[in-house]
Amino acid sequence: MPEAPKPKFDLKKFITEGQLWKSIFRHGYTTSDRDRALTVLTNVFFHLHPVKVRKSGARFGFTWCAGGLSFFVFLTLVVSGILLMFYYRPTVEYAYNDIMALRDHVPFGIMRELHRWGAHAMIITVWIHMFRVFMTGSYKPPREFNWVIGVILLVLTMLLSFTGYLLPWDQLAMWAITVGSNMARATPFLGHEGPGAAMLAIGDIQLVHAASDVRFALLGGRFVGAGALLRFYILHCVAIPTAVVILMAVHFWRIRKDGGISGPL
Amino acid sequence: MIEAVKQAINSFSSPVTIFSASLAMFALFVLFPRQITSPWCTVPILLLVLAFFAVGLTDEHFVKIVTAPDNVPIVAMIFIAGYFTWYAMRKACLNDARLERGEPTFEKTETDEKVLVFPYLIYIEFVVALVYAIGLVLWSILLKAPLEEPANPTVAPNPSKAPWYFLGLQEMLVYFDPWIAGVLFPTLIIIGLCAIPYIDRDPQPAGFYCYKQRRPMVIVFLFGYWILWILLILVGTFLRGPNWNFFGPFEVWDVHKVVPLVNVNLSDFIFIKGLGWGLPKQWFLREAPGILLCLLYFMVPTTVAAKTWLKKLVEKLGPVRYSVLMILLLSMLALPIKMYLRWAFNLKYIVAIPEFFFNI
Repeated sequence: MPEAPKPKFDLKKFITEGQLWKSIFRHGYTTSDRDRALTVLTNVFFHLHPVKVRKSGARFGFTWCAGGLSFFVFLTLVVSGILLMFYYRPTVEYAYNDIMALRDHVPFGIMRELHRWGAHAMIITVWIHMFRVFMTGSYKPPREFNWVIGVILLVLTMLLSFTGYLLPWDQLAMWAITVGSNMARATPFLGHEGPGAAMLAIGDIQLVHAASDVRFALLGGRFVGAGALLRFYILHCVAIPTAVVILMAVHFWRIRKDGGISGPL
Repeated sequence: MIEAVKQAINSFSSPVTIFSASLAMFALFVLFPRQITSPWCTVPILLLVLAFFAVGLTDEHFVKIVTAPDNVPIVAMIFIAGYFTWYAMRKACLNDARLERGEPTFEKTETDEKVLVFPYLIYIEFVVALVYAIGLVLWSILLKAPLEEPANPTVAPNPSKAPWYFLGLQEMLVYFDPWIAGVLFPTLIIIGLCAIPYIDRDPQPAGFYCYKQRRPMVIVFLFGYWILWILLILVGTFLRGPNWNFFGPFEVWDVHKVVPLVNVNLSDFIFIKGLGWGLPKQWFLREAPGILLCLLYFMVPTTVAAKTWLKKLVEKLGPVRYSVLMILLLSMLALPIKMYLRWAFNLKYIVAIPEFFFNI
């Protein structure tokens, strides 16, 4: 009786059909539609997308990829920002020196540049994304609420950049924030130089003054000082990014719930 | 020769000429988009802009301001936003032409066809992310992030400027008090942007680039985007020097430049120059004409238009949406109107009640 030929040991099969591999990659990687659909469905990051989209919507010439790029820029900012947080202390004594150290002690260091130029780039990509959505009329029903979320994200993007602007604690930073936050003084009713604030008084006691108005709340003091640095640091690194991430989740989810990338009816 | 050109540009430049020239260019763009976005027009315009920058780069002062590290993104933004505006309008005009010929739009021909996201869309996203990442690294290697002297609350730089994306608001401070330029207008911008889909609800021209069917909306949006936001940022960044004085693009920022400017309130015009009575003592009498003017500004155009040429729009929108639309539009127009009033009559405030910090 002839013996059955012993199967040759196949390293590729040994790896790709083993338990370890199968536990990570659930499907093959052929060019069949099934595998391509599964690629999107079984990947937590890819599955932000639907499996299929309109051909018109998958065109770079239609979306300019500006929204997706804004998200990618945000991710790069998170990564470079976390690395910067290792080396930066938000106090008047250390802030400027820590930034100097980043510049002087790290040969060819570009982490701060990546973060700063990335922040500028994100503002531009977000503006371009809004421009594209407007020009294609993609804000119209049923997408109106997603447009509103987008507007809030746009404002938060600029606030992120604004709060980060103070952190190097140099002249540029301090005076840009001084000029910017001085506007809050004039908030109607809530700023001590705003119209109507003087009316908010009990007898002779002013309720809204330089040490109790909305600018004081923002800066944690009457001037841009230690309090402002700490507040802006926490807003920049914790509070606003959290809000942005939550709103982005809603934004992306609603794109799909509202019918995907817009197309002509 | 180049010096003469620079001199000519400098002496032509002033807030009023630059704003008016931009308005004229904007009008041409929205009136003749098809002609202007055609290659015959676009290429010469692009060459002209590049020539301007080429001339500029021979000028020491121009180079100093344009290549200030934080100003580089603004220069990039001019080209990026300009390119995409051209691109969107070009596509819109091509689609309009297709619709006129009775053909479906470009997007319509592909809308029923579906493609797999992997690889067709993810591939695009990957390439875009890769190109951006390479560009960012190159940008970061070539240009160092700025770091000036340590913060010093006793030494204010002149001029002190907000971050560049807020300079449009800071430029508005020339014409309005902080409570309007810094609080009211930003709030109205946000509310106005949010209101767009609740006012323009027609679901039909959506999902493709087009201009003819959406002309009023596109004109208003482009006006806000380019004239009231980007143009004011450019003026605020590149043309405002010490003491927030205006300087031509090739003019050296002289701290001692003296600009004689006597701004006069509306109440002065009426009670002192016009009637010769002198200012009334009570603020409500003194400011009555200004307050009346502001109320009329919002009420008269709204009601007159509702009865005449916007009749159909009122029927379509209903009273609430129509009123919100008109308040937003008139507030938007109030900025250029106040700018021209300032340039023409040195008008400072229409309503001036410093007693309550309430100046318009």
